[in-house]
Amino acid sequence: MGERLQGSTMKDADIKRLFYVHIFCIVSIILTTFIPSFFLEDFSVLETHLTWLCICSMCVAIINVVLYLQVKPNPSSKRSSIFHKISRLLKSCVYFFISCLLFHAIIVLYGAPLIELMLETFLFAVILSTFTTLPCLCLLGPNIKAWLRVFTRNGATSIWDNSLQITTMSSVIGAWLGAFPIPLDWERPWQVWPISCTLGATFGYMAGLLISPVWIYRNRKQLTYKSR
Amino acid sequence: MLVDALRDDFVFGSKGVQFMPYTKYLMEKGFAHNFIAEAKPPTVTMPRIKALMTGSIPGFIDVVMNFNSPVLLEDNLIGQAKAAGKRVIFYGDDTWIKLFPKHFVEYDGTTSFFVPDFKEVDDNVTRHLDTVLKREDWDILILHYLGLDHIGHLTGPHSSLIGPKLKEMDYILKKIHISLLSKEKEASLPHLLVLCGDHGMSEAGGHGASSVEEVSTPLLLISSAFHRKMGNLQPPKHVQQTDLAATLAVGLGLPIPKNSVGSILYPVVEKRTMREQLRFLHLNSVQLSRLLQENVPMYEKDPGFQQFKVSEKLHGNWIKLYLEGNNSEVLLNLGKKVLKQYLDALKTLSMSLSKQVAQYDMYSMMVGAIIVLEITILLLLSTPKALCQNAAFEIPLSSSSFSLLFYLMVLILSAVHVIICTSAERTCFLCSISWLMAVGVMMLISALLCVIVALLTKTFENVRPSAQNLAASSSGWSELDLLILFGTLGHVLSLGASSFIEEEHQTWYFLINTLCLALGHEVFRNHFLGKDLDHNLAVEQNIKKNAKNVLQYKNDYVDVPETSKIYKASSSMELLPKVYEKWLQLASPWFILICCRLLRTLNQTGVQWAHRLDFGHWLTSSDHKIELSVLTCLSLIMIFVLVQRRCSSVSKVAMALGLLGVFCYRAAIGNVLLPWQRDRKSISKGIIEARFVYVFVLGILFTGIKDLLKSQIIFADVSIKSLGLWDIYNGLVLLAALLLRPHNLPVLVFSLLIQAVMTKFIWKPLKHDAAQVTIMHYWFGQAFFYFQGNSNNIATLDISAGFVGLESFIEVPALFLTVFATYIGPILWAIHLLSFLSSENNRSSAISHASFCYALICSIPVSAYIILVTSLRYHLFIWSVFSPKLLYEGVHLFITATICVFFIVMDQTNLIKP
Repeated sequence: MGERLQGSTMKDADIKRLFYVHIFCIVSIILTTFIPSFFLEDFSVLETHLTWLCICSMCVAIINVVLYLQVKPNPSSKRSSIFHKISRLLKSCVYFFISCLLFHAIIVLYGAPLIELMLETFLFAVILSTFTTLPCLCLLGPNIKAWLRVFTRNGATSIWDNSLQITTMSSVIGAWLGAFPIPLDWERPWQVWPISCTLGATFGYMAGLLISPVWIYRNRKQLTYKSR
Repeated sequence: MLVDALRDDFVFGSKGVQFMPYTKYLMEKGFAHNFIAEAKPPTVTMPRIKALMTGSIPGFIDVVMNFNSPVLLEDNLIGQAKAAGKRVIFYGDDTWIKLFPKHFVEYDGTTSFFVPDFKEVDDNVTRHLDTVLKREDWDILILHYLGLDHIGHLTGPHSSLIGPKLKEMDYILKKIHISLLSKEKEASLPHLLVLCGDHGMSEAGGHGASSVEEVSTPLLLISSAFHRKMGNLQPPKHVQQTDLAATLAVGLGLPIPKNSVGSILYPVVEKRTMREQLRFLHLNSVQLSRLLQENVPMYEKDPGFQQFKVSEKLHGNWIKLYLEGNNSEVLLNLGKKVLKQYLDALKTLSMSLSKQVAQYDMYSMMVGAIIVLEITILLLLSTPKALCQNAAFEIPLSSSSFSLLFYLMVLILSAVHVIICTSAERTCFLCSISWLMAVGVMMLISALLCVIVALLTKTFENVRPSAQNLAASSSGWSELDLLILFGTLGHVLSLGASSFIEEEHQTWYFLINTLCLALGHEVFRNHFLGKDLDHNLAVEQNIKKNAKNVLQYKNDYVDVPETSKIYKASSSMELLPKVYEKWLQLASPWFILICCRLLRTLNQTGVQWAHRLDFGHWLTSSDHKIELSVLTCLSLIMIFVLVQRRCSSVSKVAMALGLLGVFCYRAAIGNVLLPWQRDRKSISKGIIEARFVYVFVLGILFTGIKDLLKSQIIFADVSIKSLGLWDIYNGLVLLAALLLRPHNLPVLVFSLLIQAVMTKFIWKPLKHDAAQVTIMHYWFGQAFFYFQGNSNNIATLDISAGFVGLESFIEVPALFLTVFATYIGPILWAIHLLSFLSSENNRSSAISHASFCYALICSIPVSAYIILVTSLRYHLFIWSVFSPKLLYEGVHLFITATICVFFIVMDQTNLIKP
């Protein structure tokens, strides 16, 4: 009984931490929309979209890395050698790059132009990887097995895994839904490729960040994780 | 001189006083007649130019015209001027050049798409002005300035850029006017300078809708022939934009455009003699009354027409008096009376014509919509029963408890029918058919209603026990089911937006891409996690809970032990290929995705991106004939390779010969080159070759039908039946190869390839149920409809397919061939579905499930669309976007019905067998 109580309080603390981390991420994304205008001339999310994309993905990446390394639920048990750490880092970078390329390929398969607007498409792929692959890399490390485990039904082993599932799904779905306004003939500046998709992904990511603590909190009774 | 987006207050308001001094001066001096011309929505440049030049209201007469042709075919001023030998020069927006491609003796178009530029566009027009004004070799000069519109789009009507632009325009006006005045000394006839705007500008700077700012434009007619009293500047009169065409026609001595609904601007001709005035008005009202006769069935009752008749009679009297030389007060008074009468008549005629929008036969439309809706509801209601194991659902047709309701409904509906038909003023389709038919329709409606009510009560009776079942089944929905559900819903919703209809191919490409990714995910999970699970099972056999968990989350698509058993059975002999097969299976969705991406580049359809160059255009251009020949040859070989696996030996030979015939046909009509006839260019209609192919098509189809009959009569085993079905499929493939456009053969190849890959690596190993397979077939069929280069626009219809192998136009085969050629994608995929399901002999009720699903999935969008179109019938794009789509949907529904009947016939043969 006591053990279970302790477990639940631990879980509550975890949820709280998760919530704060997510709020921090959201605030940072919102800040990226207007902080740079103090330093850069005529900066706006829509007109200098690529600059914003770079800044936003950089910012999210840094915050993700720092925060998750700080509040990582179970830091790697054994002190590993510096060589091991570097190899892990390199591997993560390679994985990230591969995921960017993969996203780029999928976007092109969805009908994005192959040659023209390559930079735009690639930056879209980068921001999508930042929202999806990077948190996975931070939390799970470059470990395909663990990824596969997390992204199956009932595969999550902690609330962090659950939040990963939710944010990843919601950013991908956001990007997917973001493609819908493109064929409309409203001729708005945000219908230009790839603005609506990147905005969709960003909103989806933020929605995922908001939803996941709430969802986990509401379903905390049902979520029972078995130890690995 | 047309200034884009010139709003009335830019000339007549305070801005005009400030920035357009010369125009102001002209108005004050009385050289100009000034009006505020009201533009009808859509306030976009092209329809407005049409309105100015034809005097008609686009959307009203456009119905009769070919609405897809960019060239203005309607009777218009420019065409009349050209016919009368007048030389027209044009500088400005290139929309004019698209509308009147051969009418100008000299032109220079500026493009209006590059909005940030508001200086260059106008300088490009003005630079010609000096030379042109010096020359004498033109009669009409049209200038269209875009700069003001661009400024409006960029910064709005109150920007500081507007002032200088208006000053520039004023300066240009001054220049033209002074040069015209100097010329006038030599010329016999006075010049006329017209300053007008095509549409206004909203407070935000845009245009397109119908706010007051957007529809009010200034209209100034400046000529030395006008002598108005100086000084008293009245507020400008409100007129219609369409009036300009009639006025200009009269002024230039040209016939008034046939479809013009405008009435002549009377103040302009005020100073002419009474006889001329009456003549002009008579011309105008005769033209309007003719238009009224054409468009309104009961034109005699129209007050405008009656007034016109009266004034014509009075006019006759006046002329009689005039010819008698009567110059008295009587003549003048009578003249004034006639004039007033004419003006009234013109006003009423013009009003009643512009009010006249397309009329709809609402009653028949409602009846049709109700029938379609009822059938869809019926299908939807019977879904759970139809998809259960025995695939049988009964329609309670003869249940007696509802007979009273049925009779009541019939009586009420008949009464309503009689009331509507006796009181209707307009013609109505349902009233014009025989009463027996009408009663039949009423009975159909009420019978369907009764059946729905009966079904509803039945489901409500059984709702409690089935609720748990439903809950259980909904939790077992896989991602694929969810995708299919939301994809269908999304597609139906997207039909409400005109742009989504124009770009419907994007919706389908998007959906099948997502479908492929979902399939890829499923294959991936099946392989890697399936393996993992097997491993787990082996290691932790004692932890039963875990295993149960594992099985539970996998239960929705595969039963793990069974698949592995099948695998062992199928590939125990060859272990090495199994590894290959695994990787092939993993790669197959990506392969399909790449195929789809390649096909996308082949034909660029739709509206927004239609101007982009596609691979198909590159291939069909005459420089790339060799490439096209090679591609055609390769495609035909590929088709043979892909098709021959399932052919009986006889039809294999027939297929090969038929495909050879297709190549000969293409060579004969000059699409491709045969290697040995490089230079000889003898282009025939290829009738012999095409008929040669037809013989083989019919032969293969006949073999197929023979097999089917055999399987039905002799009760042979199922394999003969599936063989027959495959033969029919192959015959259709051959026909498609003959009818497709020359560069579209790869579409057929990829279609066959994707079908083969999907069958081998996805549907069979993953064991999708019949409903899922059906819907996937439907989606791919729709996507291939657009891959072929079709769109929801009539312009992309390939009518030439109807003439393949025919000497002259024969209606029935031409119609059949055209419809088949248009719907090759959906038809081939549907027949493939049937053949695939029938060759899977372990599925008992698969075909009936499939036919039900196919009917359902096709009828949902159609019924939603019919309701949408009925409610959107006054939409701006109803004729250009929505109604062609309705036509396509109607034909598609007809084809679907045929296919479903074919499905059911195939299924019935199964049932006859004991």
